[in-house]
Amino acid sequence: MRRFLLLALLFALLGASPALAADRIVVGSKNFEESRLLGEVFAQLLESRTGLEVERRLGLAGTQVCFEALKTGAIDVYPEYTGTGLVSILGEEAEGGPAQTLNRVRSEFLSRWDLWWVAPLGFENSFEVAVPKELAERERLKTISDLARISKRLRGGFGHEFVGREDGLLGLQRVYGLDFASVQPFQHALKYQAAKAREVDAVDVYTTDARLITHNLVVLEDDRGFFPPYEAAALVSGETLRKHPEVGSILGLLAGALDEETMRAFNLRLQEGKEDEAVVARDALRSLGLVKGGERAERETSSSPTLTHYLWDERSALMRRTLEHLGISALALLAGIVVAVPLGLWLERHRGGAEATIRLLGMTQTIPSLALLAFFIPFLGVGTVPAVVALWIYSLFPIVRNTYSGVRDADPRAVEAATALGMTPGQVLREVRLPLAAPVLMAGIRTAAVLTVGTATLAAFIGAGGLGEPIVTGLQLANSAMILSGAIPAALLALLVDGLLGWVERALQPAGLTSSR
Amino acid sequence: MSALEAEGVVKTYPDGTAALAGVSLSVPQGETLALVGESGSGKTTLLRLFNRMVEPSEGEVRVEGRPVSELDPIALRRRIGYVPQDGGLIPHWRVERNVDLVPRLLDWDAERRKVRVREMLELVGLSPDVHAPRYPAELSGGQRQRVALARALAADPPVVLLDEPFGALDALTRLELHRQFVELKKTLGKTLVLVTHDLAEAYRLADRIAVMRGGKILQIGRPEELKEAPADPYVRALLDA
Repeated sequence: MRRFLLLALLFALLGASPALAADRIVVGSKNFEESRLLGEVFAQLLESRTGLEVERRLGLAGTQVCFEALKTGAIDVYPEYTGTGLVSILGEEAEGGPAQTLNRVRSEFLSRWDLWWVAPLGFENSFEVAVPKELAERERLKTISDLARISKRLRGGFGHEFVGREDGLLGLQRVYGLDFASVQPFQHALKYQAAKAREVDAVDVYTTDARLITHNLVVLEDDRGFFPPYEAAALVSGETLRKHPEVGSILGLLAGALDEETMRAFNLRLQEGKEDEAVVARDALRSLGLVKGGERAERETSSSPTLTHYLWDERSALMRRTLEHLGISALALLAGIVVAVPLGLWLERHRGGAEATIRLLGMTQTIPSLALLAFFIPFLGVGTVPAVVALWIYSLFPIVRNTYSGVRDADPRAVEAATALGMTPGQVLREVRLPLAAPVLMAGIRTAAVLTVGTATLAAFIGAGGLGEPIVTGLQLANSAMILSGAIPAALLALLVDGLLGWVERALQPAGLTSSR
Repeated sequence: MSALEAEGVVKTYPDGTAALAGVSLSVPQGETLALVGESGSGKTTLLRLFNRMVEPSEGEVRVEGRPVSELDPIALRRRIGYVPQDGGLIPHWRVERNVDLVPRLLDWDAERRKVRVREMLELVGLSPDVHAPRYPAELSGGQRQRVALARALAADPPVVLLDEPFGALDALTRLELHRQFVELKKTLGKTLVLVTHDLAEAYRLADRIAVMRGGKILQIGRPEELKEAPADPYVRALLDA
């Protein structure tokens, strides 16, 4: 009966999965300010001009996650750049100007995946390489070729994605012969602080990024024309356009509406960390005359609020995220218990393959959490479902291992006597072995629970919400109050779960046993 | 009729070790037989044939004339008492529940079981009021062995198997338990098979002694027979030791 309820709960959750609802549209974005802002602009525009319910999955972890999510229908639209499409996704060389690049990705994306580049927004946001002004002057650096000359003495600090991209560091190394003494990958927003503190000497930046100025950086000329044009546009799935033709024409209103200068100004407002993307996006749409209401956004946030103020202001969101977090973790853990305990018992009866199976399960623990989370996107889309499945896989090993060893090692002489006096194997298991194994089993569940609650913060990278959401967003916006508003409750939650289950573990200690067992 | 019989029993484990290499034996009703030998001689394997904790590779084992291979092992075990070396008490059960184990499995009614537990504890020299609610960890080694004996006798089985039942006790406690065992054996009239590596213990407690070595019975007979005519240099050496 209990198992049935669990299954029902799991299916209810699957049913609640986003893109299934017919009158709903899911807007995604990557994990840096401009992408979040454009995603929010798309969302608000669609909200104000259609009757569709708009769901936001902003801040997904990088191009690969967004692209997979769009291909599989987990999201309907996200902002993408033509150069990224050309080099990163199609794997082609940069060639020709903006128009040629746009045409190339348009025809390829359409024929290969039925994906549409709608409404080129009118600005380019290229990758560029920048160095601190002081260094540029001292070393007379003007071009990337100049940088390559002395790169052996320098430390590079680049975005995670940039390090691995063909139109990023990989290509730069090949074309310019860049060879840094060290390369440190950074969350985009943190690079600027690292450069300002002179912890790194060269960083990748975006054209529309206002922090170039505020952080005293000088952009080096791409003298070999390495970077392709990166024109921003909405990338939409063909299925969405057929189901909701109005989406294409409404997003089309944004075509050519924004230029680099405007975007830099909007980005700056986000980067100063005082306004969130909803406010800035509304202002952007108003200034374009695309939504009604002339006055500036009513919500002016006070200048850098203290953490306690921030937490108080965000209390209802915090509550919701905590519940989301607990929900994801609890579901994964319960599903883990339902599978892992019987599996542990079965392995104990069939010892032949037990050690090998447990070792194999142990290997799941070594898969980096983000990799595991991202792995399921092609099959399960983004959001809660792949997060629960990934966390569930993490929870299996500690529970299986402890069930197996707990039952196997339960007082062998008592077990043998109970059998010899005529208890059936089932009776021995229920009345002798399981009660004796209970504390060990519970310790396994406790390990799994703490692991799950901790790892669930990463679920925000694939759009599952929870307490990781303010952490991920805060990292992308370099807003420490926001980061802490997720990190502190998440840490407290892990401690609380650990303490609670520790208490249960002690309560399950069978009477008559000294606590040392 | 013999209570227990083994005929041409061979036990070979999957890894090739031979625990029993052709053993035949008959234990009459009411006799106490001691199986004596060093560790690895096969005495414990032989004992465990009778409650089907070990299945023979060859030969036949009979309990009260019926081949055990035809009996349900669970039902068989509930009719045969068993006392392992360190008592084998179930640690998270109180003494009363441990003693009650087999009567409960046999679905005796609650009132009868309650009375039975008290009787059994008194029989082995424990106080029902003091000891029944205790956990095994709260008892001395000697007391635990007594509880194990009470548990083995609780459902009044005709046969009791004992595997080094006094092996883990200090000398004084062992002697005290020996004395009680001899009395019990007289009053209860059960068929008992006792495994021990201590020949002196066998002399004190058993009606007959089987000396085992290398999976075979070297000699079987009453204590005085063994003493007068040891059939084998090993038996003589054992007796002289």
